[in-house]
Amino acid sequence: MNAEEVRQVLLDILSRIVPDEDLSGLQDSVPFREQIELDSMDFLDIVMELRKQYRIQIPEEDYAHMNTMGGAVSYLVPLMKSVSATA
Amino acid sequence: MRYDTLIIGAGLSGLAAGIRLAHFEQAVCVLERHTTIGGLNSFYRLRHRNYDVGLHAVTNFTPKGTKTGPLSRLLRQLRFAWDDFQLVPQVGSRVDFPGKSLRFNNDFELLTSQVAAEFPAQVDGFRQLAEFLAAQELGVVTDPDLTARPVLQRYLSDPLLIDMLLCPLMFYGSPTPDDMEFTQFAIMWHSIYREGFARPREGVRLIMRQLVKRYRELGGELRLRAGVKSILRDGARAVGVELDNGEILEADRILSSAGLVETLALCGTQPEVGEAPPRPAPGEITFVETIHTLDCQPADLGHPETIVFYSNRPDFRYANPAAPCDLDSGIICSPNNFQYDEPLEEGAIRITALANKDYWMQSDEAAYTAAKQHWSDQITQAASGHVPDFRARTVDTDMFTPRTIRKFTGHINGCVYGAPRKCWEGTTPLENVYICGTDQGFLGIIGSMLSGIGIANRYALRAT
Repeated sequence: MNAEEVRQVLLDILSRIVPDEDLSGLQDSVPFREQIELDSMDFLDIVMELRKQYRIQIPEEDYAHMNTMGGAVSYLVPLMKSVSATA
Repeated sequence: MRYDTLIIGAGLSGLAAGIRLAHFEQAVCVLERHTTIGGLNSFYRLRHRNYDVGLHAVTNFTPKGTKTGPLSRLLRQLRFAWDDFQLVPQVGSRVDFPGKSLRFNNDFELLTSQVAAEFPAQVDGFRQLAEFLAAQELGVVTDPDLTARPVLQRYLSDPLLIDMLLCPLMFYGSPTPDDMEFTQFAIMWHSIYREGFARPREGVRLIMRQLVKRYRELGGELRLRAGVKSILRDGARAVGVELDNGEILEADRILSSAGLVETLALCGTQPEVGEAPPRPAPGEITFVETIHTLDCQPADLGHPETIVFYSNRPDFRYANPAAPCDLDSGIICSPNNFQYDEPLEEGAIRITALANKDYWMQSDEAAYTAAKQHWSDQITQAASGHVPDFRARTVDTDMFTPRTIRKFTGHINGCVYGAPRKCWEGTTPLENVYICGTDQGFLGIIGSMLSGIGIANRYALRAT
């Protein structure tokens, strides 16, 4: 998956976790939690959904990478590549 | 069959936990001793009528579109849409004490204006109290010995107002007599006064049905008539359970909504020496409820209110009464008085009163039936100063007691709000047995589901 596809995966996950939020204007470099209502339980769900759908394990010490869309995409692209290669 | 997680109890907390675990692909099974789901918020059918046990109203109600707060968090965590629970807000409620009345609804301004009108000298303190409570981080216990009354006394000097404000909160959640843990008080204040009451037109069964449907769609297994006789251990770890019928199920971990003391008993253990908290004890606060079906709407009799919390004494007493029932106080709830598009077909008035935990456990059937009739009449009479006399319009009456509650839930003493000392961390002396539901600390319909979700997230999902 390329960066744009990974971004779409994250948007799909977010739209299920916070269905009432408008995600169309989400900015890449601003923390999710400053743009939409996302508490720590919701945040955990992003990680859990990635694990469920793509078998990606994200260790807790790497959660900080996931705070923004830009950070999450850069962090996930290498991981998602290897997932699709072996899938 | 080996499970990732076994859940004891098919009530709101157990099913909510089950949905989380099944959603994230765990092999999970909910075990329920009773023949039906629901636990403390169950329902039954008698003489062709539907009755709810538990739920008067869903607390924590916030309007559709609210993005913060317990209801919104719950819906997101379980992937429900707001409309799935079909919550309809209350009309309005009241606290009724001798000579004073405070009305409140889902807009906090009404309560504030009522305090200003009835207790003008107290309203500044009331506003400061509200500000102080709004700044609390809910569910975070800083001092387990801190109770509500000393905090209230910091802001309010009129003992009548303090009792009137405590009355609904204690009735809807305190497992301890006369005062309540501050953390629980702050949660209840928020859920009742700041957020508010609502109800699905169909009652609690609508919520239960949605939970079970979702749980099963996700592949979760639900077994009724499957009581857990004991939790099997290997040292400090649970390895599975033995059911009443002797069947053995293995699991990596167990979430129990059976109650803290009840769960420890299933483990065949008492907390061992060391860091153990004060020895857990079962609760002693329990209730009877008499339910009257009417041939008219309560509003037609001049009773449009959703819930009336009353005390016939200025000093509200909340304790295990010496008499079979406490006639000095009670809750009058009409499930009709929510803002439905269509009125309910039949009228109903439910009156709840504190009950002696031991008296109602008597086994003599004839005496038990006679006592139900007698005390139903007494309670209805005692409540008559707070609701128009509806007795001539009653077409059917039923009553549930602590014995009923014990039968449906297995809780010692049939106590409704569980153990006095909550187990906020959800841990037990066994390293892979966790407590969810009433004894974990969160209360109400939304609170109990969040309890199941929180414990599942913390101990069954995050750790795997």
